Amino acid sequence: MPAAIEVNELRKSYGDVEAVRGVSFAVERGEVFGLLGPNGAGKTTTVEILEGYRRRSAGDVRVLGQDPESRDRRLQERVGIVLQSSGFYPRATVREAVEHFAKAYSRPRDPDETIALVGLGEKADARTKELSGGQRRRLDLALALVGDPELVFLDEPTTGFDPAARRTAWSVVRRLKELDKTVLLTTHYLDEAQELADRVAIVKAGRIVAEGPPSQLGPASARYRVSYLSEGRRVEHQTDDPTELLHRLTRDALARGERLEGLEVARPTLEEVYLELTHEADSV
Amino acid sequence: MSPAALAWQQFRFERRMFWRNPSAAFFNFLLPLLLLVLIASAFAGDDDELEVLVPGVAGMGVLATTFTALAFNLTVLREEGVLKRIRGTPMPAGAYLAGLIGSAALNALLQVALVVAIGNLAYGVEWPEAPLLLVAFTLLGVVCFAGLGVAFSHAIPNEDAAPAYTNAIFLPLIFISGVFYSADDLPEALKVIAEALPLKHLIDGLSDAIVGGGGDAGLAAAVVAGWAVAGIVLAVRFFRWQ
Repeated sequence: MPAAIEVNELRKSYGDVEAVRGVSFAVERGEVFGLLGPNGAGKTTTVEILEGYRRRSAGDVRVLGQDPESRDRRLQERVGIVLQSSGFYPRATVREAVEHFAKAYSRPRDPDETIALVGLGEKADARTKELSGGQRRRLDLALALVGDPELVFLDEPTTGFDPAARRTAWSVVRRLKELDKTVLLTTHYLDEAQELADRVAIVKAGRIVAEGPPSQLGPASARYRVSYLSEGRRVEHQTDDPTELLHRLTRDALARGERLEGLEVARPTLEEVYLELTHEADSV
Repeated sequence: MSPAALAWQQFRFERRMFWRNPSAAFFNFLLPLLLLVLIASAFAGDDDELEVLVPGVAGMGVLATTFTALAFNLTVLREEGVLKRIRGTPMPAGAYLAGLIGSAALNALLQVALVVAIGNLAYGVEWPEAPLLLVAFTLLGVVCFAGLGVAFSHAIPNEDAAPAYTNAIFLPLIFISGVFYSADDLPEALKVIAEALPLKHLIDGLSDAIVGGGGDAGLAAAVVAGWAVAGIVLAVRFFRWQ
């Protein structure tokens, strides 16, 4: 089976401004893939091209084997979209909204079961305007899931949430993974990418500057920190090759007959990788 | 579901939501009737005035329920992201818009029927002389002002501006188009403007059908149809989902 999403040398220009400058990545079926980057990096433009909202300037894109630019109804049956912000008829109840959307699909999920899936069961008869921000986001998710899509786009699913609402949203994304959905997530929160994504691509200024599982991202580009106490002060070295550095430090210490007190080796966190990469990209 | 069935589902959904919004239902639907009753009561017994007023308010009703309501609603739906959300589902765009516009069209038909009925039952205006012509002009007016309403929504930058934009068209237009009094008494310059715009001609046509006004129904139909074509072309050409 081909990958759920294939993006090859994707470019998008608005007039003279090139928002996406040759982005390539693939998302496997059943994978949660995170596009991580600061605001204005080109994440949303990329995703909106994959969703069929925008036309690309150059490059090739396949979503579930089809070109989203075709806006084929059969493709839209298989894709669920959660936009950054989108309203709904404020006087419809949650159940009415989900039932109404279900009608557009040939093989929808059961609306009540979908409402329960996103944790809105107790609010099924509430009008959508009465929902809190977190509940409204869950309704967004229910509306995107009621068609039983294979692939779900989540654009900044927790921006503006309080910590409790974020945890709830995260649990719903994990539930999607359990249901074997493919998920493409955009976020500018590192912890969110780290928490949810199987693989992450870091986007900066329209380019992917790093890609891989969150736990493995970075050693090639970000540096390990090795530190120890010397006369009560912490001395820190940074290196790409901690094996070599540690060998040298411990050899020298032993030669002097000393101990390296408080020796620490810190792997770079995703946050450090991210800051370093996006900073580097800033300065070019 | 077929696109036609989805359009029907959307229409039914719009009907349910319409009556759930009492303030919109009032301004779109009951305000023209209230104006009819108030002004007709002031002129009760003055048959000439009543024969101007009934077709005039019927025409205003078509304007309010289609042009104003669609320009306003589509702006809100666009700015709130509802259109974009619909666009991301398999719902065909034509089916969605057909349901939305169909609901506005039903309001217009109900409005004209109620105005004519109140005019007869409460104020003794004769039942329409040419019922088929009345239906034909009402439908032509609905197509014209629905198209223009969708087209005008493209010019409204955001939902906060929507009431001001729609009123800036609605209020001057009803005052120069002979809704409450005969447009014959207007200054020449305003008459020229009113003649170029569709509402006066719709009212002429409705008047011909209801009270046999002796106006030029052919000219009236041609002008309204011309604006209908312009409205539809602009509505489709500049449609924005977001």
